[in-house]
Amino acid sequence: MNFFLQPLTLLTFFPLVGVLVLLFSPSDRKDVLRWVALGTSLAVFALSLWVLSMFNASNPDLQLTAQYDWITVAGWNIQYYLGVDGLSILLVLLTAFLTPISILSTWTAVEDRVKDFMVFFLLLEVGMMGVFLAQDLFLFYIFWEFTLVPMYFLIGIWGGSRRIYAAIKFFLYTMAGSILMLLAILWLGIYGGTFSVPELIAQGNIPASVQIWLFLGFAASFAIKVPMWPLHSWLPDAHVEAPTAGSIILAGVLLKMGTYGFLRFNIPLFPQAAIQAAPWIALLATIGIIYGAAVSYAQGDVKKLVAYSSVSHLGFVMLGMFALNSQGMQGAILQMINHGLSTGALFLLVGMIYEQTHTRELKVYGGLWKITPIFGSIMLIVALSSMGLPGLNGFVGEFAILLGAFGSQAIGNAWYAAISALGVIMAAVYILYMFQKMFLGPQGSIVDEVKQHGHGIRDLNWREIITVAPLLLFIFWIGLYPKPFFALMAPTVDKLVAALQTAALAMH
Amino acid sequence: MQLSEAVNTGFAFLAPWLVFSPLIGLLINLLAGDWFMRHAWGEKAVGAVASLASGAAFVISVLLAYTVSASHGEVIRWKLAEWIHIGTLNLDWTFRVDSLSTTMMLVVSGVGTLIHIYAIGYMHEDVRFKNDVGRFRRFFLFLNLFIAMMMILVSGDSYLMLFVGWEGVGLCSFLLIGFWYELDTLGRPSWANSNAAKKAFITNRVGDFGFLIAAFLMFWHLGNSFQFDQVFEAAKTAPPGIIVAITLFMLIGVAGKSAQIPLYVWLPDAMAGPTPVSALIHAATMVTAGVYLVTRSAELYMLVPNAQYIVALTGAITALFAATIAVGQYDIKKVLAYSTISQLGFMVAAVGMGAFAAGMFHLITHAFFKALLFLSAGSVILGVERGHHHLAHGQHKEKHGKGKVKHAFRKGGVKKEERVQEDHGQEVFDPGDMRNMGGLRKTMPVTFWLYIIGTLALAGIVPFAGFWSKDEILLDASLHFPVIYILLSVAAFLTAFYMGRQIWMVFFGEARSAAAAHAEESPKVMTVPLMVLAVLSVLGGALNLPFEGFHNLGHWLEYTLHEVEGLPLDYQVAGISTVLALLALVAAWFIYGRNPLKTGQIDPLKRPLGFLFTGMENKWFVDEIYQALILTPYEKISQFLADVIDWRFWHDWFHEKVIAGTYNWVSEIALNRYADQKGIDAFANGLGSVTQWLSAAARKVQNGFVRSYALSVLFGVVLILGYLILK
Amino acid sequence: MVPINYYIILSAILFTLGALGVLVRRNALIIFMSVELMLNAANLAMVAFSSVLKSFSGQIFVFFVIAVAAAEVAVGLALIVEIFKSKRSIDVDQMNSMKG
Repeated sequence: MNFFLQPLTLLTFFPLVGVLVLLFSPSDRKDVLRWVALGTSLAVFALSLWVLSMFNASNPDLQLTAQYDWITVAGWNIQYYLGVDGLSILLVLLTAFLTPISILSTWTAVEDRVKDFMVFFLLLEVGMMGVFLAQDLFLFYIFWEFTLVPMYFLIGIWGGSRRIYAAIKFFLYTMAGSILMLLAILWLGIYGGTFSVPELIAQGNIPASVQIWLFLGFAASFAIKVPMWPLHSWLPDAHVEAPTAGSIILAGVLLKMGTYGFLRFNIPLFPQAAIQAAPWIALLATIGIIYGAAVSYAQGDVKKLVAYSSVSHLGFVMLGMFALNSQGMQGAILQMINHGLSTGALFLLVGMIYEQTHTRELKVYGGLWKITPIFGSIMLIVALSSMGLPGLNGFVGEFAILLGAFGSQAIGNAWYAAISALGVIMAAVYILYMFQKMFLGPQGSIVDEVKQHGHGIRDLNWREIITVAPLLLFIFWIGLYPKPFFALMAPTVDKLVAALQTAALAMH
Repeated sequence: MQLSEAVNTGFAFLAPWLVFSPLIGLLINLLAGDWFMRHAWGEKAVGAVASLASGAAFVISVLLAYTVSASHGEVIRWKLAEWIHIGTLNLDWTFRVDSLSTTMMLVVSGVGTLIHIYAIGYMHEDVRFKNDVGRFRRFFLFLNLFIAMMMILVSGDSYLMLFVGWEGVGLCSFLLIGFWYELDTLGRPSWANSNAAKKAFITNRVGDFGFLIAAFLMFWHLGNSFQFDQVFEAAKTAPPGIIVAITLFMLIGVAGKSAQIPLYVWLPDAMAGPTPVSALIHAATMVTAGVYLVTRSAELYMLVPNAQYIVALTGAITALFAATIAVGQYDIKKVLAYSTISQLGFMVAAVGMGAFAAGMFHLITHAFFKALLFLSAGSVILGVERGHHHLAHGQHKEKHGKGKVKHAFRKGGVKKEERVQEDHGQEVFDPGDMRNMGGLRKTMPVTFWLYIIGTLALAGIVPFAGFWSKDEILLDASLHFPVIYILLSVAAFLTAFYMGRQIWMVFFGEARSAAAAHAEESPKVMTVPLMVLAVLSVLGGALNLPFEGFHNLGHWLEYTLHEVEGLPLDYQVAGISTVLALLALVAAWFIYGRNPLKTGQIDPLKRPLGFLFTGMENKWFVDEIYQALILTPYEKISQFLADVIDWRFWHDWFHEKVIAGTYNWVSEIALNRYADQKGIDAFANGLGSVTQWLSAAARKVQNGFVRSYALSVLFGVVLILGYLILK
Repeated sequence: MVPINYYIILSAILFTLGALGVLVRRNALIIFMSVELMLNAANLAMVAFSSVLKSFSGQIFVFFVIAVAAAEVAVGLALIVEIFKSKRSIDVDQMNSMKG
């Protein structure tokens, strides 16, 4: 088959077509630039649906693979190897789904250097797709690092007042972890004679004493990206300073690259180390859940509040993943999607109100529901989804995670899950606090302040409703009928769980 | 466990429509409500759609009950769709139709529909008093959502589906308590109502935490399932320790939802919601969900008598504790709120003792008479408020005519501010404070008689509904649990006392405020549903008369619960409780009726009871204790974590100072200033200056004139030629 | 027949005149004419050798040189006209705007 016509290659690199068109478009025709970028990202979304239609959910292995030798000098065996399976298909869809939404959110928010913005955004999409599809460690590493560059510029150019600081911190922090991962990758490539992940898993002969070091090498990079407590310090800075679209993608997709990395590399490549590390990761995840929720409650800045809530939510994902049973892992994958949807939507909505008020201080808000009923109602649904109300998406993931962690043999005791369940109460505390301070209570001072400068705060317009509506659709869909989503991942996760059980038996 | 082909499922296919029909009502009002509200008949249309949606659910409930009875109690399951299937976890949207769930459905949709109708009248005035007519529609959206969620709760076939409804009704409760989210209970701009709403949701979540842990334990220890029958089946062979843990964690959930000690604190605050909400959610239906849960889990509780006893004790202590607080309250709705907590305590005690039929019986009768009392109280409050507004706007009306005033109401926000300022000068009038009432039997006669019926039913006077149900609980307690019997009897005495106190204070004596003197009776749309409830409160006892051949409810529930004891009437127990209730009413008359309260007079109980009454008045300071022990520390800790640990220590100090600072020091001072500037730089600079000097010299050759270059070329050529020639 | 040496000597004298003209004169037009002189001195030498050696290549070269010289003059004169327009002078010493 022609190299460029393979579905996954096409999916990964299609945004480059948009980049090319953008480069040859006039910089002052902002509407054209926006439509080109939106059109490209929608085309990518269509491609991802095409990939989904060809995806065989009952097959646990990699599918639609594209495999070519790439760098084969001096005994190195680096391949161009793309593939998709149950672990990544949903994340690929999420990436393709969130990108157009983020681009729509910039319609009036980004007026400055629109062309550059869109170019960087589409490049970012290439990187993210590559990360989720690459099955060769070397190729993965390239995509992994590549995502940093556009994000660095997105924060550094279009960010808030301390954007340079935040961008550099984001960049350095992530780079620092990647170095250790690179070392681990090189070790694996030299030791195993290949960088291809499926082949390395099939070999499966890494000595247990080495496994734990390699595990830590990979974990260093992924844990920073997730971010796991206590490596979360870059997140509030990056989120607060990033433009709305950047925050959506950062929370929605980039953080998932960390959790996905654990799932794709750490657990299958080093199963014994994963089993050994499970209680420790569960401990960190539990601390993260409680700590994130508590810290979130004390924030006066909405974006910071949501950023810390991500620490808590991603703690749930890690907890479920390292339960190493099917409930926990499937819940974790679904929760990655859920977090992308609901936190993405939260950032989107916060961005919409910020565009009008230019402040994120909670204390100046209040009573907005009366002025903006549609906005308030949508925010309520999203907030409830974020705090895991049954019937909405957050619950399905959180419940499966906690259930899995509660009975997990790898974690070893139910305390972590029980304490993490307290996070469910604490989530209600900070989410309701945020909702109350913004939408309930007497009218805040910001209302009059905005009125002095123009027409006052308005409700959502049609573009904004269309931007957020797809997210709401999935919030309800996953909450009420998650079967199709679980069906996509179940065979692959079951296979992984079976492999882990074999590894556990080998240990004893 | 799927239903067999042979069973006639009758109307079971309608079960999902219990949920869908209120949702359809919600959708209609959501999409078309704005358009409705633009017309004069808009409110009626919105109210009618919502009431019909709820009424449809009632009709379906009746049909389902008929189906159950026709099939002699066969449990019918109706699977709508699959929900969560992971590995061994199999959860479906399956509806369960049996005698217990249909009983709850009937109560919820029946009382719910009556309250919908009542609310049409109530909210019509409420939104005008609060100057936001547009919010009328929102109220019915939430009310329909509540019915839908409640139906999921009672008809789910697994603990998890029950939990969906469980949290869903919590959400509706949040939305409806915070219905006037920008005001306080007196209509002033404030955070109070939204705080009350938040408190209710979060307290419920604490209970839900218990529920979740119970669910996890259940899944891993009772056969990897949440489906009721499978769980019960597995429980028979499970170690009792696990069952005890499950049932006690479940009790936390029950305490949260059914307002038991220690999680009852949200319910009194929940009175911030409009009165129909207090009646529907916080008296008749939602708060009984805990009782339903225990009854549903009867087979688990029956296995562990110790856990049962703890449940019963929790209920009994709550019943007494809340009753004491109710005695010291002045707000008409707060009294009823604590009364509700107390009565819920009766029910929880009943189901804890294993008297499930008695508990359910009391749940039903309580739904009737407490809804009646709350709605009548709402009628009283509106009546007093009408009087207040009549006075306040009397002159205004005369000047500009009636139409103009209504127009002003429609303006919303602008008018609101005026009113607030207006109120600011004088003391704010509280239409719910019983000290502002008195003598209302003359101005509001219909409401008065309805209230009397409700009171007698609640106090447990023969032959009102409350007598039969409460007596059954007391009888059961007297047989097996003397401690609980004593606690409940004292609570029953106090119940009659505070209701008597309320009656004398509100309806008798002289009006203690101008507003009360000018109070007006409520319209038909409000009083007719009350009359229906009053009839039910009188006759409700017929559901389960304690005589041979009756026990109808008991037999009906036996289909589901398997062992229901149908105790005959015990004249001793019944006699004692009736005498106690009558004594209490007489005592109330003695204190409050003989010498009616004067304006501004302190409560006559305050002096003789001293600090006891202060405790009752201040709810035994439980809110303050929680504030000091839980809320403030949590806030402090989270502030400390966020500000000191996370930001100043971890973000600013560790990352900025230690990591970035060290790096900067190394690169700036050590490497840059010394190694680099003194060493490498010096060498590089030396090279540079030599080059510079050399080039300065060479630079002169480059003068830019072509001819001088050409001359050089010429010389070059001459030299080369010369060399070639001369070599 | 005139001996080849004469041609070469004439050519050398012409070339030297041209070269000196380029080096010494300041007037751009004169410099141009001097360059022409040098080119034609070369042409003369090439035609002479061509005749002696009975080869056409020298003459072909000369054609090329004449054509290129014509083109060069066209461009050069155009430049001089433009420079004159802006500077009102064709003194090459004044054309130093780009001197560092």
